[in-house]
Amino acid sequence: MSFGDFLYNNLLQFWQLTGFANAQFGNFVMLAVGLFFIWLAIKKNFEPMLLVPIGFGILIGNVPFNAEAGLEIGIYEEGSVLNILYNGVAAGWYPPLIFLGIGAMTDFSALIANPKLMLIGAAAQFGIFGAYMVALAIGFSPDQAGAIAIIGGADGPTAIFLSSKLAPNLMGAIAVSAYSYMALVPVIQPPLMRLFTTKKERLIKMKPARAVSQNEKIIFPIVGMLLTCFVVPSGLPLLGMLFFGNLLRECGVTTRLAKTASNALTDIVTILLGMTVGASTQASQFLTPQTIFIFFLGFMAFIIASSSGVLFVKLFNLVLPKDKKINPLIGNAGVSAVPMSARISNNLGLEYDPSNYLLMHAMGPNVAGVIGSAVAAGVLLGFLA
Amino acid sequence: MKRLLTTAAIAAAMLGTSLSASAQSRGALRINEVMVSNDSSIVDDYGRRSAWIELFNANFAPLEISSIFITNDSTQPRKYPVPIGDVNTEIPTRQHVVFYADGEPNKGTFHTNFTLVPGQDNWIGIYDADGRTLIDQVIVPASLLPNQTWARSEDGYGEWAIRTGGNNDYITPSSANVIKDTNKKIEDFAEKDANGFGMTVMAMAIVFSALLLLCLCFYGIGKIGGAVSMMNKMRAHGVAKGEESDIAPHDSGEEIAAIVMALHEHLNAHDTESTILTINKVKRAYSPWSSKIYSLREVPEHRRAK
Repeated sequence: MSFGDFLYNNLLQFWQLTGFANAQFGNFVMLAVGLFFIWLAIKKNFEPMLLVPIGFGILIGNVPFNAEAGLEIGIYEEGSVLNILYNGVAAGWYPPLIFLGIGAMTDFSALIANPKLMLIGAAAQFGIFGAYMVALAIGFSPDQAGAIAIIGGADGPTAIFLSSKLAPNLMGAIAVSAYSYMALVPVIQPPLMRLFTTKKERLIKMKPARAVSQNEKIIFPIVGMLLTCFVVPSGLPLLGMLFFGNLLRECGVTTRLAKTASNALTDIVTILLGMTVGASTQASQFLTPQTIFIFFLGFMAFIIASSSGVLFVKLFNLVLPKDKKINPLIGNAGVSAVPMSARISNNLGLEYDPSNYLLMHAMGPNVAGVIGSAVAAGVLLGFLA
Repeated sequence: MKRLLTTAAIAAAMLGTSLSASAQSRGALRINEVMVSNDSSIVDDYGRRSAWIELFNANFAPLEISSIFITNDSTQPRKYPVPIGDVNTEIPTRQHVVFYADGEPNKGTFHTNFTLVPGQDNWIGIYDADGRTLIDQVIVPASLLPNQTWARSEDGYGEWAIRTGGNNDYITPSSANVIKDTNKKIEDFAEKDANGFGMTVMAMAIVFSALLLLCLCFYGIGKIGGAVSMMNKMRAHGVAKGEESDIAPHDSGEEIAAIVMALHEHLNAHDTESTILTINKVKRAYSPWSSKIYSLREVPEHRRAK
C-alpha cells in the first residue's frame, strides 16, 4: 500500500465516522425540533429553565454518528458518559430529587389556610384518566396508556418517573410532550377558562387566606406524607421527597439544607434531567407514529385536566355558602405546572377586575395538583407495575 | 442528665433501626424447592447427581448469605456454615441458588456436609450467622418419590406441594417456581377493563380520598390551632374562660403589619423572617490576588486619531 493509499483509506475511515456520512432525514427533523425549543425558550420565554436544557439535549442526542463503531458516545450505549448521566432518568432517581427541591421551594400556606382547595387538585387529575381511556381506545396497552396519560398531570418529573417504570421505550416522547405542554400552558388554558366560565363567575372575589402558624406549616409535611403514602405507598419516592423538602424549609432549623435543596441541588438535577431527556430523543427511537399519538394524547390530557378543574369549582360553588364561593378561574391551577398555571389564573382574574388578585388562592390547587398527580402516579404504578 | 437521656434514646433508636434493617434483609431468605432423590435432574460441576436445596432471595436487593447455616438437624443449627469469601454467595435481587446436599463440603461452597435421606421426613432449616435465629425451615415429606421436588407454589411464599415435572408442574432448580411470560395484572386490566372506565373510577376515588383525608385533617388542625390561639388571646386580654368577648380569631394583615412596625420602632425587635435587610459597610483588605487589575482584561478603548 502506497503512502497515498494509506492517507486515503484513513481519511475515508474518518469520513465514515463523521455526522455528515451518517446523517439521516430524521436527524435533521429532530435538530429542527431542538432549535425550535431553544427559540421558544429564549425568544418567547416559555419555561426557559426546562426548554433550553431539553432543546440543547435534543441537539446533542441527534448529532449523527456511526453507532456500529463502538465509540461509546450514544446515550443508549452502555458505559458512555451520556448513558451514565441518563441512568438518573432511566432508573427514576432524578424526579424524586427534583421533588425534594420543589418541596423546599413551595409555601403550602394557601393550601393549609383553605384545605378545601385540595379537592380542586384532585379533580384536575381527571385529565390523566380521560387520556388513559382514549389511549386504550387507540390501541395502547394498559401500562403504556398509564405512562402516556400521566402527561395530564402536567408534572414533568412525575411523567418521567412513571414512564421509566411502566413504558421505558416511550419515556423520551412522554417527557418531551409533558414539558412542551407545560411550556404551552399560557396558550392552552386561557381559552378553556373563558369558555367554561361566565363573566359574573370571573369577578368572584375570594376572602384573603388566614394567617398560618409555623406549627401548622411543620405539621403539614409530616401528616401529609404519612396520610398520602399510607393510602398510596407506591407514591413514596415522589411524595416522600416532596414533603421532606418542605419540612426542611418550614422547620426553621435546617435553613442550609433547604437552601441547597431548593437552589444548587435542583439546578444541578434540572440541568442533567433536561439535557438527558432531550438527548434521549434520538431520531431512530423518537420519530415513530407512536410519538404523534403521544403528543395528541398529551394535548387531550391537558385540555381535560384544565377543564375538569374549572368545572369542578363551578360544581363545588353550588354547595358553598354565598360568601365562600371560589372563583372558577383558579380551577385550571389544579394541574401541576407550578407556578405557571397559578399565574395564568391571576392574570386572567386581573383582566376582568384589576383589583382581584387570585395568585395566592390559585397556589392552593396548584400545589394540591402536585400532590394529586404524585398520588395518581402512585395509583397507576400500584395497579400496572 | 437530660442530655444523657436524649443521647441514650437516640442510640437506642439507631440500634433498633440497624437491628430491624439486618433482620429485614436476611429474613427474606427462603427455602424454595427441595429434591431428595435425584436420578435425572440437574448435575453439579463434577457431573454427578445428588439431592439439592434451592434458596430464594425474596428481597428487592442483593443478599449476601455467607456465614449463615444450613442444617438438617434442629439440634445442630450450625451444621453447615456457608463459607465466606465466595462472590457467588451474594444472591442477586429475587434470584436463586442451589446447594447440593451430597455430604462433600470439600467440593465447594455449594456442597453441604450433610445428605438428605429418601423415604423419610427430612427437616431442613437455615439459621442466621448467630446460629440461633431461625430464618426458614421446611419438612420434606417421606412420600416424595425420586426426581420429584417439594416446592413452594410461588417464589418465596405460597403453599408447599409435590412437583412431578409434568405440564404446569415444572421442576425448576435455580429458576422461578412459576414461569411468567406476561404481566398478569396488565393482562387482567386489558381483558376486564378494556375501556379504562374501571381504572378511572378506582383511581379517582383513591386520589380524592387521599386529598379529602388531608383536607379534613387540616380542617381539624386549623380549628385546634385557632382555638389555642384564641385562648392565648383571651388570656392576654384578661378575658376569663367562658366569658363573652368580641376578640377576632385571626388578626387581619393590617393589624399584623401595625404590630410589627410598633415592635420594630419601639423595641428594635425583629421577627423570624428569613430575609433581613441590612446596610453595612463591608471592608475588605486589599490583596493583589483579588485585584481587578490582575484578574480582568481591560476593555479595549477605541480612540480616533487626531
